[in-house]
Amino acid sequence: MTAIAPAPRVISSRPELLSDRSSHYCPGCGHGIIHRLLAEVLGELELGPRTIAVAPVGCAVFIYDYLQVDWVEAPHGRAPAVATGIRRVRPDSFVLTYQGDGDLAAIGTAEIIHAAGRGELITAIFVNNGIYGMTGGQMAPTSLLGQHTTSTPMGRDARLAGYPIPMTEMLAILPGVAYAARGSVIDPAHIGKTKAMIKRACQAQLDGTGFAIVEVLSNCPVGWGMTAHESMEHLAEVEKVYPLGVLVDRSAPARQPASAEGS
Amino acid sequence: MTAILERGRAASPKPSKRSRILMKGNEAIAEAAIQAGCDAYFGYPITPQAELLEWMARRMPELGRAFIQAESELGAINMALGAAATGARVLVSTSSPGMSLMAEAMSYMAGSETPMVLVNVMRGGPGLGSIGPSQSDYFQAVKGHGHGDYRVPVLAPSSIGEAVELVATAFEMAERYRTPVILLADGILGQAMEPVEARFRHPPRQEFDWALTGADGRAPRVVRSLYLQPERLEEHNNALQAKYRQIVDREVRWAGEQLDDADLAVVAYGTAARIAHSAVLKARQEGLRAGLFRPITLWPFPEPQLRELAARPTAMLVVELSAGQMVEDVRLAVEGRCPVAFHGRTGGMLPSPDEVLGKLRELDARVRGRGAA
Repeated sequence: MTAIAPAPRVISSRPELLSDRSSHYCPGCGHGIIHRLLAEVLGELELGPRTIAVAPVGCAVFIYDYLQVDWVEAPHGRAPAVATGIRRVRPDSFVLTYQGDGDLAAIGTAEIIHAAGRGELITAIFVNNGIYGMTGGQMAPTSLLGQHTTSTPMGRDARLAGYPIPMTEMLAILPGVAYAARGSVIDPAHIGKTKAMIKRACQAQLDGTGFAIVEVLSNCPVGWGMTAHESMEHLAEVEKVYPLGVLVDRSAPARQPASAEGS
Repeated sequence: MTAILERGRAASPKPSKRSRILMKGNEAIAEAAIQAGCDAYFGYPITPQAELLEWMARRMPELGRAFIQAESELGAINMALGAAATGARVLVSTSSPGMSLMAEAMSYMAGSETPMVLVNVMRGGPGLGSIGPSQSDYFQAVKGHGHGDYRVPVLAPSSIGEAVELVATAFEMAERYRTPVILLADGILGQAMEPVEARFRHPPRQEFDWALTGADGRAPRVVRSLYLQPERLEEHNNALQAKYRQIVDREVRWAGEQLDDADLAVVAYGTAARIAHSAVLKARQEGLRAGLFRPITLWPFPEPQLRELAARPTAMLVVELSAGQMVEDVRLAVEGRCPVAFHGRTGGMLPSPDEVLGKLRELDARVRGRGAA
């Protein structure tokens, strides 16, 4: 008797919105994981054809080569302003920004705070890897105290270079912010949770409840001077400074007066 | 020569007394943009253009269009970049110090070929300067703002009525050539009130094959200025330069007054041209054969027309509300064919027509003296 092999069960495949090309990112970089999460979420919510996304300056500027939606490049730090312009003239589009920590937490602090303050219906993905990766590994506002970078060769000293800035906590206190959360790509369980956060942040925009941001703690093996594996393990240290979880969720429709009235 | 001058004269609008309304420059420019179909306005308060923002704050929402008072000029122009990338008709306005902050995004918009109209109501500089009228940002508008090899058309009205007309022209040029366009005014044009012909124009809409609308049933689009491969960036830059050559060939605008027999030509734009106009009339009354050459496009600069003119008049006097900026382009155009003198005031000060007349007398005497020698 011949055994017939059961048809293979597909448990994972390339999301439709993710292009079939190898990335330019360094081996072990977390951007690839986060790109995939976005492609999955946008696909599941069927947002691909409606999305206009804003690319940052930094390693992830080439995200438009991988995530198959419409993209515009923003000058360094200005993505939330660019996204605001898109949002105001295209109310039916889904508007996404993708920024790193140099982009969002240093040069673009005014733009992110005011987009959030206005409660712009934008979903912001904030990749925090504590370093300027593309320019060769300089200190970011999010770098940890003591962290060795090319511009803090003796380690980040608070007396000279100040303290890490918890951007997402700062944004979470603004009433225009519907949803703010911090996830991590440290391991598959956290990656799954981060995906759920991204989905929730997209839903907040679709529900019209306000600005939504997900900070994702990610790694930079080359900038951190670690192997890919070491850098992932190091995220456990980063989490101690930037605790994971939902920082604010004003997006639940039941809490909104408009929905409470029953419409 | 005559053909070129005729074309120049045709460019001056002929006022009709029937449909004129009294409007402040900033407000007239704002309303002209609205009537031209402006979908979105982004700005930041700065004197002397604040009325433009205020007009938009009231009018745009009532028409269901986008208005944002941004957190800064950086915010405003990057909002414009985003809206323009979707194919919307976008206006931004500012004054000199704000223009410096907008320089960054101007470079990105030129590089990514995003159409937009920017109104700069110039004030005195450098630094915080003054809020008085000035033309000291000619270099910035025509040669400067952001980094990289790029140009943007610069339109310089000399009356509020002409500003209204040029707003529509600016939107047309922006969309035809996929480029930011600057409307360069000054504190006088922004703040003064004048009768304006209510002849607003609404340029027809086009479908853009580059605009970001969501990749629904088509391949994704990217509005970008980044090309890391040197070969690819040079190719992109060559395409931009070819476009700029087209603009130079087709879009030069200027106006002339009493140039046919002039042997003294005053060259001035914007508010300085208004003063020069009065000076030329006074000069004619006392027998000086003076005329006015008024560039309307500062880029592309009416270089061939000036060069042709230089072959005949004995001398040129450039009058600016600056320490001497456009005069450099006049000298480049004239290539030494005739003497080019300069008179300018700065800091918000204006030369009087008599002051300019005095300079014309001096120039006339100098030229005659040299001719006699």
